Amino acid sequence: MSKQSDSLSPQGRGLGRGAWGTATAVVVFALLAAVPFADFEIPGLFNGLLSQPGALQLLALCAVFAGVALSYNLLFGYTGLLSFGHALYFSVGIYVTDILLTRYHWALVPALATTFAAGIALPLVLGAISLRVGGIAFAMVTLAFAQAGSILVYANPARLTGGEEGLGLDVTRIPDFLIGVINTKNLYWIALGYLVFTFVVCWWAVNSRPGKVWQAIRENERRVEVMGLNPYVFKLLTFTLSGFLATLGGIVYLLLLGGATPGVTTASLSLSLLLMVVLGGAGSLWGPALGGALYEYLDFRLLKLSSSSEIHALPGWLRAPLAEPLFILGVLFILLVFFFPGGIAGIAGRLRRAARPHRPLPGVEAPAKVAP
Amino acid sequence: MSTIILLLVTGLGLGALYFLIASGLSLTYGLMRVLNFAHGIFLTVGGYASWWIAVRLPLEDPWRFLVALVGCMLVGAIVAAAVEVSLIRPLYRRHIEQVLVTVGLALAFTALVQGIFGADPISYPAPRWTQGVTQLAGANIPNSRLLAIAVAAAVFLLLSAFLRFTRWGLIVRAGVENRAMVTALGIDVQRAFTLVFALGGVAAALAGALGALYFGNIDPQRGTATLIFAFIVIVIGGLGSFTGSVLAAVVVGLLQQFINYYASVYWGFSAAGDLSVVLLLAVVLLWRPQGLLGRSVG
Repeated sequence: MSKQSDSLSPQGRGLGRGAWGTATAVVVFALLAAVPFADFEIPGLFNGLLSQPGALQLLALCAVFAGVALSYNLLFGYTGLLSFGHALYFSVGIYVTDILLTRYHWALVPALATTFAAGIALPLVLGAISLRVGGIAFAMVTLAFAQAGSILVYANPARLTGGEEGLGLDVTRIPDFLIGVINTKNLYWIALGYLVFTFVVCWWAVNSRPGKVWQAIRENERRVEVMGLNPYVFKLLTFTLSGFLATLGGIVYLLLLGGATPGVTTASLSLSLLLMVVLGGAGSLWGPALGGALYEYLDFRLLKLSSSSEIHALPGWLRAPLAEPLFILGVLFILLVFFFPGGIAGIAGRLRRAARPHRPLPGVEAPAKVAP
Repeated sequence: MSTIILLLVTGLGLGALYFLIASGLSLTYGLMRVLNFAHGIFLTVGGYASWWIAVRLPLEDPWRFLVALVGCMLVGAIVAAAVEVSLIRPLYRRHIEQVLVTVGLALAFTALVQGIFGADPISYPAPRWTQGVTQLAGANIPNSRLLAIAVAAAVFLLLSAFLRFTRWGLIVRAGVENRAMVTALGIDVQRAFTLVFALGGVAAALAGALGALYFGNIDPQRGTATLIFAFIVIVIGGLGSFTGSVLAAVVVGLLQQFINYYASVYWGFSAAGDLSVVLLLAVVLLWRPQGLLGRSVG
């Protein structure tokens, strides 16, 4: 992926090119907020009216994963930390809330408060341990911790997590305006609110002083050390913040789906987050958000396609691979890494530079300094 | 007593499988700093290739399995070499892109196997001998575990001899120490890397076939699931250290087996062994971040 992101160049940082970037973001989010009133169809992309619960549910899922991808991007895109365990913090949001509400019959507010606390404490503790190693070892250690979470959920200790069957949410603990198909638009707004919140927090964070240090760590960790800063503290900060934002995403996901399924705890979700961020373009803000939304959309549509009659009419050797969304997404991803390493944001950057040929091209993409 | 011996041998059997996967991972990382996230697919390849061959061969039992075993090693070597040449080599020294590509490959390949052979486990045509047990100090040891240990020990001896006594092994050992110097001396480390990658593929394919005996079936997800424990093994052993991965594989296999057994007997909680392995990883990292036999932090 392109590491020499625009955020480091003087003409624009983070959100985009100054006021234009802010204005674009406001307009885009305003348009998205108005979707539940959009009584028209987009043929081919969504089935039925855009304002119908089916399309809204899909869009809300896209918003949640856009936000979680943004949180992962703080780690991978801005600090250069390759984590394979982000699914763990997303799952904390889902399972802690669900268990407190459904198994222990807590009220919503204390349950959420406890989940927030867990969403800060867990990444703080696990980050403190796993950041003792760098590079590839860090990737494997985060993977191992997330796997421990997944094993725990599947093992169903004291019948808390529901094991393989998952755990449906006890809806009597949830306010009425968030229950039922008729209220999908409210859930959609909550999901969109989560995305906007995450977007603003990430924008603020990467432009703050610690955010500058994160990007410096990504470019050259040793130089940061030489300047007298302790990279460990800054890495732990980004790890905790991104873990917490993922936990928030998990809570929204739980409300949206009305229950927890153990699939979200597995390594394949962590890997999917990595795919989303690289698809959108690591180290920019709107790129990973777009990547997360697009990935979720494609995953959903490809799954629908795989059970369609067109696919079943194909000969066997073609049907087997095409019926597996992950096969298509995985191959797409490999091609992306080879031919468009900057993702969607990188393609947009190339087009922008092509439109203004007088601007000198910054150097070819340098690999992140993960393994020394 | 017989329970302890049984657990000891089955734990060693599990450690043998971990070693077969971890050895390739550790050598490829040590030589080229490549983390192959798709290493689990070689295990899947081994399991499915040996099954595919075994169910088609018109041979009697021991020969059928042996031919399938040799066949799956060949397929493992070919697939691994193809992955290295087509996907890893073009991204030479771009470590993050290499990890990303292998992640994509692992997801796509697992999905492909699932699409072709189905998501459910397929029962494996194990030879009769491996389904039986051997009496050892009063314990009934399943022969499949003994076979896994024997094969892993043979692979360990062969790989050690390869590293110690051949010219290629010398290049590999020197490359792990200091790749820049070896390259500066005019030796093509890249070719040694392809060889090591293919050997890693063979070992992982063997683990796939032996794992099929161990679990009694083949399953498209097992490659990734086992790979995660192999990662833990190589971090505990010390990234890039071949001997470290052997030691850690044995420790992890034994720990997992013993705790899984006693926790499920006394608390009815069978996942405790898997969790304790992750705990061991955390303890090792706090105490010795470079791993048991590693020298410096990767």
